[in-house]
Amino acid sequence: MGLRSYIITRILLTIPTLLLLLSMVFLIMRVLPGDPVALHFEKKATPEQMESMRRALGLDKPLWTQYIEYLGGLVDIGYILEHGYPNLGKSMQTFEEVGGQIFSAFPATLELAFYSMIIASVIGILLGVISSKSYNSILDHLIRGVGTVTYAVPIFFLGIVFQLIFGVYLRWLPTGLRINPVVDPPATITGLYTIDSLLQGNLFKFFESLKALLLPSLTLGIILSGMFVRMTRTNMLETLRLDFVTAAKARGLKESTVTYGYALRNAFLPILTMMGLQFAILLGGAILTETTFSWPGLGRYIVDRINFRDYTAIQGAVVVFGLFVTLVSLVVDILYAYLDPRIRL
Amino acid sequence: MPLLEVGSLTIDYPTSRGAIRAVEDISFSLKKGETLGLAGESGSGKSTLGLSIIRLVPYPGVIVKGHIKIDETDILKLPEDEMRFIRGRKAAYIFQDPMTSLNPVKRIGAHFIELIRTHEPNTGKEEAFERTKTVVKNLGILSERINDYPHQFSGGMRQRIMIGLAIALNPDLVIADEPTTALDVIVQAKILDLLESLRKVYGMALILISHDLSIILERCDKIIIMYAGHMLEYATSIEMHRNPKHPYTQGLLQSIPNIELSDQKLVAIPGSPPDMLNPPKGCRFWPRCSYAKKICRVKEPPLIKVGRNHFVRCFLYGKKGVHVERNRKS
Repeated sequence: MGLRSYIITRILLTIPTLLLLLSMVFLIMRVLPGDPVALHFEKKATPEQMESMRRALGLDKPLWTQYIEYLGGLVDIGYILEHGYPNLGKSMQTFEEVGGQIFSAFPATLELAFYSMIIASVIGILLGVISSKSYNSILDHLIRGVGTVTYAVPIFFLGIVFQLIFGVYLRWLPTGLRINPVVDPPATITGLYTIDSLLQGNLFKFFESLKALLLPSLTLGIILSGMFVRMTRTNMLETLRLDFVTAAKARGLKESTVTYGYALRNAFLPILTMMGLQFAILLGGAILTETTFSWPGLGRYIVDRINFRDYTAIQGAVVVFGLFVTLVSLVVDILYAYLDPRIRL
Repeated sequence: MPLLEVGSLTIDYPTSRGAIRAVEDISFSLKKGETLGLAGESGSGKSTLGLSIIRLVPYPGVIVKGHIKIDETDILKLPEDEMRFIRGRKAAYIFQDPMTSLNPVKRIGAHFIELIRTHEPNTGKEEAFERTKTVVKNLGILSERINDYPHQFSGGMRQRIMIGLAIALNPDLVIADEPTTALDVIVQAKILDLLESLRKVYGMALILISHDLSIILERCDKIIIMYAGHMLEYATSIEMHRNPKHPYTQGLLQSIPNIELSDQKLVAIPGSPPDMLNPPKGCRFWPRCSYAKKICRVKEPPLIKVGRNHFVRCFLYGKKGVHVERNRKS
């Protein structure tokens, strides 16, 4: 099977996965207590007002009709061509298009996730390699200890500690938002501020957005790195014992070549698999991080909307998260085949 | 001047229940171009001894006593970055299992080019590439195949590649640790022939480690018989074949089938090798030895000279030079 047909098959396979996810969210939201109509009216509304609102939102129809209509909206090609995103319905709170809201919030989450992943893997893999190379020494125990602690610390706690130290006492870094509010965000190309400002050659805006990114991505990255440390250490210890590592040493290759080119290069494959899986956890962590740092991403969007039982908004956001996780695992599989010549897709 | 000189080498593996003495008081020397066989059962310390010569005794093993001199330099005293240039360039090592000895994510050619350019940094990429092609061709492998990955080769071909990597820099000494154990019999002979012909062309010394005494008798000038970390006998292979002294060596020779003898009875040595945490007192072999006397159980026999270049660690050959009746048909 060629690479192209493999990718096409995998993309087609995401459709049933997403459909299952969507159906579950659709049902769970409607089983949960709380009524979007009642929550919409801050003060008491008359039964007539409530009834007309229910009708306007389509909530008076039977459940299966609502479901079919929702799915029908998703595959409305004309809508997609017109807006650039599928019809995810209107918010039950603000009556705005959910697709548009998600489309503008998602890049913030993507940027946060991207930088957190880089921080987590650099810290995690580096410490894991050092730990395995100094097996059973004090340094090894120390790194393992730190790895376990970071894994156990709640995200919001570490976030608040960072805000206190670097934001409040030292005043080095902003404690929230994607960019200093007195600076205009860069014009949207990808929606990722750091990339957009670089594309426009605006270094000032680049550093401003990088500064805002630093604390939230460091928080999320450090929390995730604990898992990477353990995983790298275990895999390195296993690989360092293999024959080809001893054989490489016996040929007088440089220590660094043996460690990175032989041991880590092979130990990295299972780590890569885990990186893909961690992305799901990362998005969950992003919900907490975004709330702590008033980060206007999809995570905070979900938290806001759950309070109002905004069915359509939550459905839309969960599907986007699901789509993202499936795409990441596809990319991981392709990278895997590229890094390991024994695997042919 | 010997190429390699090993003197009273002793290697321990510390464990939580005490140290295991894998190699004890071993001395021998090897001249340029000579071949030495190390024979013994699994766990007799032959691999540990082999690896110690390039100072790669596996963790947690430590060399507690003795010296290893290559060209008069005691390598045990060298700093790590100088030791690196001994490995691969002066002394190369061929491992037992060719299936796991190559980096699975590296092309075959890259293994060679990396080796050549590590030890000879002035070599250009093109030159290293051409040299790799020549080496691989001499191994009987098509030179186009250097762009393939290890998993695309059979076990025998991978062992050829390992031999190629060992001789690529024309070292003075090659240590082959059970190079054919993982391969089938037909491939075995081909690999050993290849090793021998390359050794002759390049004039290298060879240490051949094997549990198969027949291979060693056939291919080596001198032989060391190891048992539970001790050298039990040391002789030229002709002498070892005609006139084995140690009861253990005699036992080993009796267990080799001879195609010319139709009524040969193969005799096994009773028992199994000792627990290295609690080795027997006195001679390591006495619990399995049919000639064991009282003294063998309490005192360790010294290495006794029984002939020119022939030493044996056994009380049967005391000052009086009492010889054991040879009960081997030949």
